[in-house]
Amino acid sequence: MLDVANGDTTRHRPIAGGVVVSRPDPDVPPATAWPHRHLLDVDQLTRGEMEACLDLAVEMRERRLRRETLDLLRGEVVGLAFCEPSTRTRVSFELAAEALGAQVVELPIDVSSVTKGESLVDTLRTLERTGVTTVILRHSMSGAPYLAARSVPVRIVNAGDGSHAHPTQALLDALTLCDALGSLEGRKIAIVGDIGHSRVARSNIHALTALGASVCLAGPPAWVRGFEAWPGVTVADRLQDALAGADAVMTLRIQLEREAGGGVPSLREYTARWGLDAERLAVAQTGAPVLHPGPTNEGVEITADLAASERSLIGAQVVNGVAMRMAVLALLTQ
Amino acid sequence: MSSFGSLGDPAATFVLTGVRVIDPWNDEDAVRDIAVVEGQLVDPAKAPSDAPRLDARGLVVGPGLCDLHVHLREPGMERAETVESGARAAAHGGFTTVCAMPNTDPPLDEPARVAMVLERARNRACRVRVIAAATRAREGERITEIGELARMGIAGVSDDGSVVASARVARGLLAYLAPLGLPLIEHAEDPALSAGSVMRAGPTATRLGLAGWPASAELSIVDRDIALAEETGGWVHFTHLSTAGGLDAIRRAKERGIRVTCDVTPHHLALTDAWVAGWRGFAWEEPTGVAADPFGAPLDATLAYDPACRVNPPLAPRAEALALLAGVADGTIDSIATDHAPHPLERKRVEFGAAAPGMIGLETALSLGLAAVEVGGLELVRLLGALSTRPAELIGEVRTLQPGSLADLVVFDPVARWRVEASGLASASSNTPLLGVELPGVVRMTVAGGRITYRDGLAAVD
Repeated sequence: MLDVANGDTTRHRPIAGGVVVSRPDPDVPPATAWPHRHLLDVDQLTRGEMEACLDLAVEMRERRLRRETLDLLRGEVVGLAFCEPSTRTRVSFELAAEALGAQVVELPIDVSSVTKGESLVDTLRTLERTGVTTVILRHSMSGAPYLAARSVPVRIVNAGDGSHAHPTQALLDALTLCDALGSLEGRKIAIVGDIGHSRVARSNIHALTALGASVCLAGPPAWVRGFEAWPGVTVADRLQDALAGADAVMTLRIQLEREAGGGVPSLREYTARWGLDAERLAVAQTGAPVLHPGPTNEGVEITADLAASERSLIGAQVVNGVAMRMAVLALLTQ
Repeated sequence: MSSFGSLGDPAATFVLTGVRVIDPWNDEDAVRDIAVVEGQLVDPAKAPSDAPRLDARGLVVGPGLCDLHVHLREPGMERAETVESGARAAAHGGFTTVCAMPNTDPPLDEPARVAMVLERARNRACRVRVIAAATRAREGERITEIGELARMGIAGVSDDGSVVASARVARGLLAYLAPLGLPLIEHAEDPALSAGSVMRAGPTATRLGLAGWPASAELSIVDRDIALAEETGGWVHFTHLSTAGGLDAIRRAKERGIRVTCDVTPHHLALTDAWVAGWRGFAWEEPTGVAADPFGAPLDATLAYDPACRVNPPLAPRAEALALLAGVADGTIDSIATDHAPHPLERKRVEFGAAAPGMIGLETALSLGLAAVEVGGLELVRLLGALSTRPAELIGEVRTLQPGSLADLVVFDPVARWRVEASGLASASSNTPLLGVELPGVVRMTVAGGRITYRDGLAAVD
């Protein structure tokens, strides 16, 4: 049985077949029910619940590797509502839902529906009436999933909202880091880039600090301002200070258009001051791995060499993405 | 049973017995009778014996409230509010005068349009004054025909919704207004600093991933306009002040004798930026949850990112809200004005960042002020001074409860509580995060220009 309620701090226990992977008998309530209807951000999860996600994702990863057929989501209709361009997150959710036996529909919702004046709430209400039970929502505005969750009687999984949150990304990053480091307790994780506009960074800060790590941020001042007040977080003036002694480094995608917003004078200067390469990583712990949520701007925030090196966990992040989304969908529909 | 009247009704005659009279005009705070005969306040001893006597023990009577900043949405946005519905909301809230902002569609930037609104405002439940646009089409370039507008009785000029962005134009306006005795009512927001922002910068905005409006966006305009007012001798009135820095600058300018006045909204006094994260407590209450721990506490999914909390200027951090309340208490802030900003549901039932900024306030302003009084944040006489006597003075109206004056007053129960519900509001809109919240202070009667414009109970005795 999943022990989601307690705050057990021994992270990443290997699972020995204790997880419910087929639809439970409806007459027998599960011993520990997953208490959340939606996944809006990781801040709603206790440490124990996050660890349950990690454990179940490990199991999902193994079962997927063994090409097992799973039917946990049989009868569910999962709608992918991506109101903002996304390839990897959308495909990852689609594969996860299909692997669990759900019917997956791509919802005809995009930026143009906003310009037509059809509100998010109206669109989702229409979809709910057509039988969609779970909506995977990607939206350009912070907080949109909260509006959706309180307005429409469907499960909402936040697949990224504005600059606010990207909970499944944070969970899959935590899984990737736990695989590499064993545990996050006492670890120092550096995150480099445009933190202020990054939903990945915010959710990672919540997840990593909840799992016992400290987070050190580096980036242009306008992009890290305000985060020094976040408990468990420090902001380094120089990249080297953030990397020094780091157990792992995560660098974020630079939105190329942000150059004009005053954060950095040029991409060249960004790369010169905050670009990640193997040489700069020398001050980190030996062999400290590198993560990137993708897609990378190679040669801007990370060199192509480093991104392709054995220290890079970018490939593992993609594999874990599907497994984590399977775990999340399985828990929410439990 | 409550009912509305209008300024077109016959003048009222009645005696309020045993009422607590609070008159900031002469600092009166006494329990006595108040007599109104044919719309005039008279010595109670001289009231006719057949005048209806209303038992007002336990109630307070103050001068009729005066709101320097409301949006009545007419012309152009009548689904959100009309002059008629807005005037009823005002009467329900105890107001006897409201000043309508000109950012309608089309804007009130020429005499004919002002005349149209004044015509629609005749014989409503509240006196309606018009604030005319400061510049044509509110574009910030050519100033409106202020001389002619002044003869029509406007209360001031403003491009509210936007600042007068050009310092040169603002300087010209202040110079032109100076001999007319009218204020430039300034929405102090530097658009270059606030561009793209949807709430106040700070830990809560950082947590929520919402672009933050820095306090400097207000202060830079306040400082600029104080310099321009000093130089031109013109009168600048800063409306919906929302920063402690702006308040300090105004305090210093007043000490130097510069012609500067200001108002603050009830929501900038009582609510804080933590409301955007879903906290529901007043600024003077001890922060808990996400208000105490903006980064770590879980968000309440039912209340976080509530579009009803989107307002411009954005809600301030707690420390600044308390500083603003202290500014009302010490008189640096002249007035509490609601910035009553009705919006239809479809402008608010959207993502936080897409929501139209603004909340309604006419029917909750007195109650929020009384909530501050209850906790000792403000003296009752000072609250009523800021809601009535002082703003009325700024627009050339007199408010007093002394015999010989026209009866213009509000009678309210300061301790009775009511729950804010959309169905109980006279406004055509219900966009306020206070829905469901219980507040102290129930208006029992509003009398404007000698006419009963709102009444709830207060039956005659005998």
